[in-house]
Amino acid sequence: MNLSAYVGGLGVLGPGLANWQQAADVLTGRQTYRPAPTVLPMPTILAAAERRRTGRVVKLALGVASEAAAHAGADPSALASVFSSSGGDGHNCHELCYALSVAGREISPTRFANSVHNAAAGYWSIGTGAMVESTVLCAFDASFTAGLLEALTQIVVDEAPVLLVAYDSEYPEPLHTKRPIPDAFGVAMVLTPEPSASSLARVDAALTELSYDRMTDPDLEALRTSFPAARSLPLLRLLAARSDGSAILEYLDVSGLQVRIEPCPCP
Amino acid sequence: MKPLLLETYTATSCIGKGTAATLRTLLERRSGLSICRFETVDIDTHIGEVAGVDEARLPEELFKFECRNNRLAELALHQDGFFDAVQRAAERWGRRRVGVFLGTSTAGILQTEMAYRHRDPVSGALPASFEYGSTHNSFSVADYVRRRCRLHGPAVAVSCACASSAKVFGSARRMIEAGLIDAALVGGVDSLCLTTLYGFHSLQLSSSAPCRPFDVARDGISIGEAAAFALLERVPDGCAGGEVLLLGIGESSDAYHMSAPHPEGLGARRAMQAALKSAALDPGEIDYINLHGTGTPSNDRSESQAVTSVFGPTTPCSSTKGATGHTLGAAGALEAVISALAITHGLMPGGVHTDEIDPTLTAYYIRDNRRAPIARVLSNSFGFGGTNCSLIFGRAA
Repeated sequence: MNLSAYVGGLGVLGPGLANWQQAADVLTGRQTYRPAPTVLPMPTILAAAERRRTGRVVKLALGVASEAAAHAGADPSALASVFSSSGGDGHNCHELCYALSVAGREISPTRFANSVHNAAAGYWSIGTGAMVESTVLCAFDASFTAGLLEALTQIVVDEAPVLLVAYDSEYPEPLHTKRPIPDAFGVAMVLTPEPSASSLARVDAALTELSYDRMTDPDLEALRTSFPAARSLPLLRLLAARSDGSAILEYLDVSGLQVRIEPCPCP
Repeated sequence: MKPLLLETYTATSCIGKGTAATLRTLLERRSGLSICRFETVDIDTHIGEVAGVDEARLPEELFKFECRNNRLAELALHQDGFFDAVQRAAERWGRRRVGVFLGTSTAGILQTEMAYRHRDPVSGALPASFEYGSTHNSFSVADYVRRRCRLHGPAVAVSCACASSAKVFGSARRMIEAGLIDAALVGGVDSLCLTTLYGFHSLQLSSSAPCRPFDVARDGISIGEAAAFALLERVPDGCAGGEVLLLGIGESSDAYHMSAPHPEGLGARRAMQAALKSAALDPGEIDYINLHGTGTPSNDRSESQAVTSVFGPTTPCSSTKGATGHTLGAAGALEAVISALAITHGLMPGGVHTDEIDPTLTAYYIRDNRRAPIARVLSNSFGFGGTNCSLIFGRAA
């Protein structure tokens, strides 16, 4: 079975990257990359009570997911989803571990409920009303590529559109020293089994033993290695260039994922 | 979906290391729950602790994976000849053609909890010996198992709270059907830690007594730990008959609340209906349902409504969590193995610790063991975030 799908919409948030269009301008050299703290939007799909309970990582995931769904013109409640993140909500995790390390061990029930790795997917489902299937993955630094692989197998086997959301944000100290993710970076894409008017490109993927590609620009390469979700940058660069091309995405120590891009004729 | 063969399987929980001990405990209607004396935990509750986890030794070259969760994985991998069966599969298919898909909710976070108690008094730094990626990170257990078994196929951790290790069957199924791999090591590993013990306590969702699913006086869960694995392959031509097959999977989301199930069990109903559809089965073709059945008032109420709405009030069902405790991210895989044992040995395990069934729950809950031929079992797993997964297993004709 050929692992292929059509990319119908994208969302990006990261240091100095406010949305997909700006990321595309940076990746094609139309705009110089200027790293700056990631600005996270308020998750307007959530009711006020839920909005108050969400941390940075949920805002990040919901921000890129909303942008990708809107860009694709897709009904978010009908999209199966694959969320993939290395670490979930680092601040929430720190608060729990800290509270458990001091006398009394009083922990907040809301913090505990939000500590699940699938918190962002849960809030997405609550905010959009999506009752379809959704899975949440982790593969440490390979989390983006593992998510893409999962989404592509869903596309080719189940033949339904999938929303892929990969996102990572920082831990505060003392965990930050052990897992130095500097800020927040997320990417989302709507993948469909068939082309549509909103399709940007066809993507074909295959596992490979060849070594992965890096970004030539040093700042973009630093971005790629700083966030597991930014391991997507070689693919995003091809999508931004809107021309035929291929790249190998970093995956596990024993394999990479080769992606080939063919732009769709209709923009 | 195309059925898949459970080539081999194993489970380790508080009711036994390996399938023989697990089956014996179920046949004898015993529970593995005991008063919580875990680590420094000071909560009045019962837990399902696996004896001897910290005596399990990881190979020297994988020392940085040292944590209770990976020790539990190591202990369980060596029951029922599972490790050797995986090696035979790797030789048969090639190491790149066997993937690893493991569910966990908290992985080795206990390691971080302990490290926080040993922060540097001046700088606040964690001990130099603390390893994040190979213990705390959700991927650590999948990474440990793939390295331990020397498998080079795709590998991932699924972390969807208490549905995690049911959903791994879906990921593995798609990967096999897409032709990326020929076999999949699937399963779940979750071990006791302070986050879940104090967390469920803070939500007032854990009971002080051993949990009593579907009981009129049920008042919460008992947290357990477990590691359970299965090796999935395509069904070979010339299947001898009698083997256990994965026949269907259904997944859904509640879209309702982070830590409470949909009151009418709407998401659960969708998952069960989707599983039946994927297996091309009618509700009447399911002989026994292994419930999620956590023993919280709200889960059992909504699950009972969902089960009755799909199956009516006559399909026997029970929860094995009175015996094993709620093993969270490992529950789906543990109960998949219990479903396989139910089919192989013709056993519907009655729910233990349940004295008086809640008369308002309409599902047909069984308290006594039943011996009868079982062709098909449906197993439910639901989690925080409103994530649901139902699996259907059956006997090969």
